[in-house]
Amino acid sequence: MEEILNSLKEELNSITTINSLNEIKAKYLGKKGLVTEMSMKIKDLPKEERKDFGQNLNKLKNDSTNLIEEKKEEIEKEILNKKLENESIDINLPGTLVTIGAPSIVEKVVEDLEELMMSMGYDVVDGPELELDKYNFEMLNLPKGHPARDAQDTFYVKGDELLLRTQTSPVQVRTMLEGKGEKPVRVICPGKTYRRDDDDATHSHQFMQIEGLLVDKNISLSDLKGTFDVIAKHLFGEDCKTRFRPSYYPFTEPSVEMDISCHHCKGEGCNICKNTGYITVSGAGMVHPKVLEVCGYDPKEWSGFAFGFGAERLAMLKYNIDDLRVFYTNDLRESKTFDRKEASL
Amino acid sequence: MIDLEWVKDYIDIEDEDLQKLAVKITEAGINIEKVITNNLDNVIVGEVIECKMHPKSDHLHICKVNTGSEIKQIICGADNVRKDLKVIVALPGAKLPDITIKKSKLAGEESDGMICALYELGLEEKTKEAYDRGIEELPKDAPVGMNILKYLKLDDTLYELDIHKHRNNDCYYHIGFAYEIAAILNKKVTLPVAETNPVKDDIKNHFSLEVKTKKCPYYLAKMVTDVKIGKSPDFIVRRLNAYGMRSINNVVDISNYVMLEYGQPLHFFDKDALGDKIVVRDAKENEEIKTLDGVVRTLKASDIVITDGNKPVCIAGVMGGENTEVTENTKNILIESAIFDSVSIRYTSSNLDLKSEASIRYGKGLNFEYTEKAIERACYLLEKYAGAKVLTGTVKYDNVDKTPKTVSFKAEEVNNLLGITISKEDVKKELARLDFPFTYENDTFKVTIPFRRLDIEPYVNDIAEEIGRLYGYHNLKSTLPVISTKKGEYIGDVKYRKIISKRLRALNLNEVKTYTLTSPKNASLFKYQNKENLNLPNPMSIDKSILRTTLIPSLLDVYDYNKKRKVKNINIYEIAKTYDASYEEESKIAVLMSGSYINNSWNGVNIKTDFYLIKGICENLLNYLGFKNRYTFEKAEISDLHPGIGAQVLLDRKSIGIIGKVHPSINKDDIYVFELSLNALMTKVKPLKFKAAPKYPEIVKDLAFVMKQDVMTKDIEKVIKKAGGRLLTDFHVFDVYTGDNIAEDEKSVAYNLTFQDVNRTLTEEEVLKVFNNIIETVEKETSARLRK
Repeated sequence: MEEILNSLKEELNSITTINSLNEIKAKYLGKKGLVTEMSMKIKDLPKEERKDFGQNLNKLKNDSTNLIEEKKEEIEKEILNKKLENESIDINLPGTLVTIGAPSIVEKVVEDLEELMMSMGYDVVDGPELELDKYNFEMLNLPKGHPARDAQDTFYVKGDELLLRTQTSPVQVRTMLEGKGEKPVRVICPGKTYRRDDDDATHSHQFMQIEGLLVDKNISLSDLKGTFDVIAKHLFGEDCKTRFRPSYYPFTEPSVEMDISCHHCKGEGCNICKNTGYITVSGAGMVHPKVLEVCGYDPKEWSGFAFGFGAERLAMLKYNIDDLRVFYTNDLRESKTFDRKEASL
Repeated sequence: MIDLEWVKDYIDIEDEDLQKLAVKITEAGINIEKVITNNLDNVIVGEVIECKMHPKSDHLHICKVNTGSEIKQIICGADNVRKDLKVIVALPGAKLPDITIKKSKLAGEESDGMICALYELGLEEKTKEAYDRGIEELPKDAPVGMNILKYLKLDDTLYELDIHKHRNNDCYYHIGFAYEIAAILNKKVTLPVAETNPVKDDIKNHFSLEVKTKKCPYYLAKMVTDVKIGKSPDFIVRRLNAYGMRSINNVVDISNYVMLEYGQPLHFFDKDALGDKIVVRDAKENEEIKTLDGVVRTLKASDIVITDGNKPVCIAGVMGGENTEVTENTKNILIESAIFDSVSIRYTSSNLDLKSEASIRYGKGLNFEYTEKAIERACYLLEKYAGAKVLTGTVKYDNVDKTPKTVSFKAEEVNNLLGITISKEDVKKELARLDFPFTYENDTFKVTIPFRRLDIEPYVNDIAEEIGRLYGYHNLKSTLPVISTKKGEYIGDVKYRKIISKRLRALNLNEVKTYTLTSPKNASLFKYQNKENLNLPNPMSIDKSILRTTLIPSLLDVYDYNKKRKVKNINIYEIAKTYDASYEEESKIAVLMSGSYINNSWNGVNIKTDFYLIKGICENLLNYLGFKNRYTFEKAEISDLHPGIGAQVLLDRKSIGIIGKVHPSINKDDIYVFELSLNALMTKVKPLKFKAAPKYPEIVKDLAFVMKQDVMTKDIEKVIKKAGGRLLTDFHVFDVYTGDNIAEDEKSVAYNLTFQDVNRTLTEEEVLKVFNNIIETVEKETSARLRK
């Protein structure tokens, strides 16, 4: 029996395929196999030897089976390894790009600001772009003949009553009218606006404004300053410094211009900030009592602030873009790169 | 432009650093864009102490010049240079308009500077006459060593202002600006002398006035006689020059000078040419007047004219007539100081394309106090500098509201608006600085707003602004509003825009932003909605003359732009408002796709855009919005879409948009588009509901029908669905076959049918019964037959 086992071992060592293994398996463990034949011998043995022989035979069977099984696993593993080896690929070849669409660059900035303002409880609303003169001008303390109307040269659409809105402020008027002098107002109104400007690097007959309005009890200019600080830091980073300068708008009193420290030169003075270290990004102020009044809010009881940003201007500053027309030519080679998250997120 | 040397007449700022003052003024709200200080370093008064001819030249002189600190040798070519003459010396380093002075040698002799003529400093025009005069000869008492501009009193500091409209009436004249400085520095303003010695004769003996228009609330006239036209005094010439105005003669200069002092434009008529009467009235349509620039102007009925009772002599507030112009021979003058309706003046000025210092000021509005002061001041200056005799009295038309504007408030109202805490004493101090008269009783301030501040309205906000800007906005704290906490939301159609926008981006579509205003050509395309175009009555250009009714042509423009730049695979969308001739607004979503959607060519991956892909995108969007099973696509011929590859998109059986391939006559490339009405998508959908996966097995069977090519599978599917009943839970096309074994005008459409019951396991017999029923019904009700 020892011999049989040794010859089995020898034979197994010399083979590499499952076929040869099956042959060996048949040769030893098959119906007429060497081990099977051995078991035939048991009946010819004297009784007292049979027990030992039986035990040895069982051992031989088990050992042979195990040896063959082991060999089988070994061969199968080898085969698998070979197969895997053949399946190896050049992982440096290009992947199948699953791309995602990019936002318009100006829209990205708008959404960025919207998300911030919503986190502070501002609703995002819009209104018609074909707007009544009444809402676009008159109720904002800009009666016909007001000199400030000249600066907002207007596309009138029907007589002098219907126009393409020159600012998103009429949305504020509409929102206040809906509040009926009772509900506090906290909204931002991003949207398209139109003025009779020739398109060039810094002007566009169509552009986007983002205006904000908050009307509540005991609101002060300092609250506007604090709110602006939050916005500026959100858009331009924690290092951004802010500044208020007195200004004039017919619909706010007091009025201010809101500046941010020049992110380009860090306030040292450069071409972009015209050596002042600051860049104006917004016009703002306390809502004019006349405007509150015509919109149904009693200025003795309510106060509020309003601010407005030019969305393209914010995008130009934030992403160092020097031509406003970029936002409307829609060169996908440019906008495509905006399909990712901001570095700071 | 404000001349600080001039402002010094009204307020003591002798010791102020004008650069620093400019910063303070800017911080307080009057934006000083530029501080211009005229200086000419290293150009000084010198004295020639020795002068001899250059041995090697026939015209050069070798001079020894005392410059105060040292004696320099300077070579000079002017004929009039001589010993003991006080001259202008440009020392090495001086930057003259045409040359920077350096130490040099002239014909072998050292020259350590240059003796100059005025034109060489840029202070005079370089005429032949000026050239012939040679170097400038300064008076004997000119102090040696003094900077020349200082000596000539030309070292002015000027502020160039860029200020907001509301303050550009009171801050664009020197007295108004002096008040601004006074408030900032807490100083007092002194108004200039205006007292005359009128002669006995009263103006009323010579002149009468009639105002027949509502657009002239205030009109003052005074008369002076015996003026002597001549040169203006130096200070007037200098100040007008510094402002950028040319000196004409003493009389004309005085009218400009007073305008720059008080902001009130004056008009001087030649009294003898005018006659004895002025009638102010609305112009007649097409009335003509030859203005003093020699041009005949045609007026409109909305203009205001000054007439002599018959003919126009002046376009009020804009320009005088040639017929009554002050000339060299003028003896007697009628002075007009008036207020005209500012809106009317602005219209006239822009209609006639005539903008002047005067019309701009009338256009901004004037205050009657200074209308009075200016005319008195003009008389004073004419008396003093033009030898005029001032007649007694003023002819006046007065329909101006002189009620002072007052505002009452408590100190805390100012504090609340600004978010600061200043005491009532502080408020008092601030009001005093502003020179705003006020009373204080029962904790309440009552402030009278000075007439010169036309911009201030009687609201506490206006006072808060004045106090705030003097307090300094940089001193404000940054606080956040103390209000209720709530979540902000997208409201109304913005909400849908955002949801859809984000979904489309996730579907590999890039957002674009195009113009609402479009060209007639684009406006004529994709008119699938039967909407009339809305044309702008007054467009800037034909390219932007129509409000678009559809976004698709704009997307095609973006496609062309990018294709020209070799961008492949253009997949874009836009969400924007559209308009039509009934002024109705409709927000739309437009998508354009072309090229590959997903591509990795080396690896054989290329999902090309075709109708079914864009349809899939459209379905994805509609499913996402919750409209599954509520929409259908109905084949239709749609203008500017491929006649065989186009469809209406229906939601609840109503058309909400179109989808298809762009007609090759519009663009030869394979471009697919769809456009949906966003408004139509803003409808209610069912809430999300959990549905457990079926517990019992499903039975799947396939079959194929053969049908004519032009049969719509949708029609077959309707029948399958109906015949399949409750047990047919799902079915879909898995193959469309044409070719061998199928007639040429036919196609075979193979379906995969799923049968299932939620409550039990189905038997094969049950399923076969339904399956056979489907085949029978389809064959009976349609032209399709089972493919065997």
